[in-house]
Amino acid sequence: MPFSRQTIAGLLIAACLIAVPYAAPLMGGNYAITLATRVVIVAIAASSLDLLIGRGALVSFGHAAYFGLGAYVVAIASFHLANDIPILGWAGSNEALVVWPLAMLISGVAALIIGALSLRTSGVYFIMITLAFAQMIYFVFVALKYYGGDDGLALNSRNLFAGERITDARSFYWISLGALALCLFIQWRLVVSRFGMALRGAASNERRMAALGFSVYGYRLVAFVIAGMMAGLAGALSANLNRFVSPDMMGWVRSGGFMVMVIMGGVSSLLGPVIGAATYLLVETALAGWTEHWEVVFGPFVLLVALFAPRGIWGLLRGRACE
Amino acid sequence: MSAALILDGVTKSFGALRASDNVNIAIEANHCHAVIGPNGAGKSTLIGQITGEIRPDAGRIRFFDQDITDWTTPRRALAGLGRSFQITQLCADFSALDNVALAVQARQGHSYRFLRAAHSDERLRGPAMAALERVGLAERAGTRVDALSHGERRQLELAAALASEPRMLVLDEPMAGMGPQESERMIEILQSLRGKVTILLVEHDMDAVFALADRISVLVNGAVLTTADPAAVRADPAVRAAYLGAPAP
Repeated sequence: MPFSRQTIAGLLIAACLIAVPYAAPLMGGNYAITLATRVVIVAIAASSLDLLIGRGALVSFGHAAYFGLGAYVVAIASFHLANDIPILGWAGSNEALVVWPLAMLISGVAALIIGALSLRTSGVYFIMITLAFAQMIYFVFVALKYYGGDDGLALNSRNLFAGERITDARSFYWISLGALALCLFIQWRLVVSRFGMALRGAASNERRMAALGFSVYGYRLVAFVIAGMMAGLAGALSANLNRFVSPDMMGWVRSGGFMVMVIMGGVSSLLGPVIGAATYLLVETALAGWTEHWEVVFGPFVLLVALFAPRGIWGLLRGRACE
Repeated sequence: MSAALILDGVTKSFGALRASDNVNIAIEANHCHAVIGPNGAGKSTLIGQITGEIRPDAGRIRFFDQDITDWTTPRRALAGLGRSFQITQLCADFSALDNVALAVQARQGHSYRFLRAAHSDERLRGPAMAALERVGLAERAGTRVDALSHGERRQLELAAALASEPRMLVLDEPMAGMGPQESERMIEILQSLRGKVTILLVEHDMDAVFALADRISVLVNGAVLTTADPAAVRADPAVRAAYLGAPAP
């Protein structure tokens, strides 16, 4: 068979994502594009979390922290530029090619510190300690009244991209989709590389890996930092999309949402988290338009997926084909 | 002859239980040295201390003139200490070939290589396939470990250990749970390694032990009862009483 179900499903998803800007005028115009952009951005964060959960068996319950940090880096840099108040001798910036990498750097450094401490534990302790660190960062930003505290911080405008204003919803969608494609490509290469073998081996049998000579801690830490940086990029994009950031972006509810997307979409698969993010946001949007108590319906929906599709929606799509 | 591994007064207690009681064993390079003893004699604890999973309370462990007592397990492995596990420890969701390729990968230095696909890397595949052929598992290379039979998994454990080209192999009951034919095959493979690599063999199968060992240490209640040639051990009345279970002829 020239095309497996897996390939066909993957191509269909790619086609859908590319078709959105062209189909949008038929489905509510900019609103549809904005929703699709949210899906794409959140998919970056969810897929980076899958690098930890799916490939590394590292159930991080604080992934929103890196997402939120990335968003705040964009907002704070913009805040200082707009109010003409230098920060640490820096005037701030509104240039995407400066602040997005900076957002990734800051998120990566946070992931390095938190990962270095958290990865000394395992199992439930790892879940709890990553959650605890994320909540610490959450409360720091709640307490930072200078940057709006609880109320969050609004951006005057979107970042410039190489000096150009991104006014068009379509352009921003293409940029976000490009970021998702790049992140998925990097993950795909990572997973099949020697590094990926070491990471997956450690997830499969840590004792065996140690006996072969792998110091698994280092590999896990690098994966943790890469995932944190990708989440930071997603956060930076999200700040631009909404032109608003708030501590809720890094709270445990958001972290839990990312986990639900990964598990619902299908762990250890490149496209599972993308499907998970799309399903989560689309179902949420549809239900929220119908009733404000949308969680009452959404909860059982997630439960049904977990019960009847233990390998996630991606697992259903690709069928029984083995690796 | 030089010693590959020296256990010097190794002692380990778990509460009131002395699992290792001042153990002194010297294993000569390229010898096959067996450790036998009844259940609970402290064989597994001893292996844990040699491979670095258990830290001794007292005593030193030397490996080819280096004091490895404080080394981590991965560091010992990279220094050439390979092992197989009593209860199979493999990556169950990996193919047989991938499990062996991991061993090759570990030997070739750090794995902070992110871009090239490991699956198409002949420097990993080639040696891994050779190790599978050596233990007779070449045909099962693409099979996932959880679909292999018990005996095949034991062979795969050995293949992974061989692929890491160790200076010394620590084999924890390699014949455990094997049928007679599989056992014979395993003995053959180990025979072919004699004189080429140092082997520490912990085994309950006495046929295997007496077929393979150059020296035998008998462990009872955590202490070394005796270390001697196979013939001498077989004849030793104290050993018979403690372990072999038959009265001296």
